[in-house]
Amino acid sequence: MSLAFLPGALEQGLLWGPMVLGVYLTFRVLDFPDLTVDGCFTLGAATAARLILMDQDPLLATLVAVLVGALAGLITGFLHTQLKIAPLLAGILTMIGLYSINLRVMGAANLSLLRIDTTITKIENAGLPEQFAAGVLGIAVCLLVLFLLYIFLQTELGLAIRATGDNEQMIRSLGVNTNTTKMIGLALANALCALSGALVAQYQSYADIGMGIGMIIVGLASVIIGETLIGNPTLLRALIAAIIGSIIYRVVIATVLQMGLPSTDLKLLTALIVTVALAFPVIRSRYSSSLPFLGKGEVRARRQ
Amino acid sequence: MLDVNNVTKIFNRGNINEKVALTGLSLHLDPGDVVTIIGSNGAGKSTLLNVVAGVFPIDKGEILIEGRAVHKEPEHVRAAYIGRVFQDPNLGTAASMTIEENLALALRRGNRLGLRRGTGKKRRELFRERLKLLGLGLEDRLTTKVGLLSGGQRQALTVIMATIAAPKLLLLDEHTAALDPKTAQTVLELTEQVIAQEQLTTLMVTHNMEQALRVGNRTIMMHEGRIILDIKGAKRQNMKVSDLLQMFEKASGKTFANDRMLLSN
Ligand SMILES: Nc1ncnc2c1ncn2[C@@H]1O[C@H](COP(=O)(O)OP(=O)(O)OP(=O)(O)O)[C@@H](O)[C@H]1O
Ligand SMILES: [Mg+2]
Repeated sequence: MSLAFLPGALEQGLLWGPMVLGVYLTFRVLDFPDLTVDGCFTLGAATAARLILMDQDPLLATLVAVLVGALAGLITGFLHTQLKIAPLLAGILTMIGLYSINLRVMGAANLSLLRIDTTITKIENAGLPEQFAAGVLGIAVCLLVLFLLYIFLQTELGLAIRATGDNEQMIRSLGVNTNTTKMIGLALANALCALSGALVAQYQSYADIGMGIGMIIVGLASVIIGETLIGNPTLLRALIAAIIGSIIYRVVIATVLQMGLPSTDLKLLTALIVTVALAFPVIRSRYSSSLPFLGKGEVRARRQ
Repeated sequence: MLDVNNVTKIFNRGNINEKVALTGLSLHLDPGDVVTIIGSNGAGKSTLLNVVAGVFPIDKGEILIEGRAVHKEPEHVRAAYIGRVFQDPNLGTAASMTIEENLALALRRGNRLGLRRGTGKKRRELFRERLKLLGLGLEDRLTTKVGLLSGGQRQALTVIMATIAAPKLLLLDEHTAALDPKTAQTVLELTEQVIAQEQLTTLMVTHNMEQALRVGNRTIMMHEGRIILDIKGAKRQNMKVSDLLQMFEKASGKTFANDRMLLSN
């Protein structure tokens, strides 16, 4: 089997990395299953692509995409905290609404960025060999996001956001308005997701209305793979695990494609990976006596 | 310090499950008062603490802290001046966060949270100093996740968290009831020590009659949403648990029934 797919998988893992961190932030840190992600990823891609086609600086276009993504997160937050809509439904409502908005932003079902200057071509123009440009961009973005997120989650505000997901009653009894912390967490997570969308659009040279479908499952799969392989004993390790998980997920996908799986079956495969990962603690506890190699039979809470 | 004036709290109003938990209850606390609260199951003890803390709104009456009406303020606003410890050790701490991170949040109780690092060098110093009071060695485990601590250790930490930011009022709801007797004793001693040191005005619900008479300077007994006995001063000093039970029976016409009641230990 040729390993020629590896660099590509690595690039993808890195460029999708911020999205995975966003999913980690909502699902794990905030304990808020946020489905805005699907629409928000496309929103980031659509916004960046449209702005780039309008001759805006690609970096500026990416930045605007990030801000618009944060706004989408705030809408989900508003639906949940002010209108008391359950988290899952609040996210779905925003996601569905975003479908129409994304079409409006793009003005078409897809936009091509072929032969147009993007952040990636800019890096190439700065003198970097073409085959490294996307990888370098991915590494730079992931390191920056990782660093900022790590610092932020240790600030007073960051601690309050983490405590909101861990023990809402406790943090409220300490005088924190958990509506605010949820809004900030959701804005941040969706900003990261839109960042990935914007970068991926520039990487693939197109934005498409369907490119975000199933993104939440891709994010979850990556988070779970990272947790299983790297673990999360400390905050830093948990954040790094999310990025590594993203890369490994892409390698796995590329490998099975290489082995001949039609690409149309990818979503089914991803759903299966997540199902098995989510079911693992249950399976282990139920069958640990007959299958001792599965380890200690104890259903642990997913979040530590 | 604390004025509860004529407060009524009704759960499930207008519904078949309607329950009057507090019936026109009034209570006045002077600064530095440490009041123990006893009463049968369902007497409204927890409800009293919850309405003071703002967990749910009241139906009638008013609540003042240092003369300021607080009963319309949401819980997170009132939390600025109220420290709480719950019965369940899991409720007072965030398990996935470290000891120092929990303390950092407690230290900033009621303040605007900013982008400052939660656990700087100076703060760690303070945390260590406070944790030393416990004598549990937690001062050397600042970066341990709280989820790894025992129930007693967590509850002791919660007491430190509830008092580290000098609250105006401390609310304790059977905070040693879920602990084994020895740990319960340690946590109670620590609580008394901190209360004395910081001169905290305190409401402490307990099911232990002997403790109720020994801790603090005043004991109130609740029954069916009312205060039926209020004992302080010289009368309280010479009182025995049996006297207290007798007084309860006289005042309520019922025998005292609390499934967690301990007459002595
Ligand atoms: N959230 C609630 N919703 C409905 N009813 C409630 C609620 N909280 C308390 N009650 C009812 O109010 C009454 C007083 O309850 P409360 O918890 O204050 O009693 P308590 O004195 O703390 O009793 P215990 O000794 O069992 O802790 C009880 O009848 C209880 O069922
Ligand atoms: Mg109670």
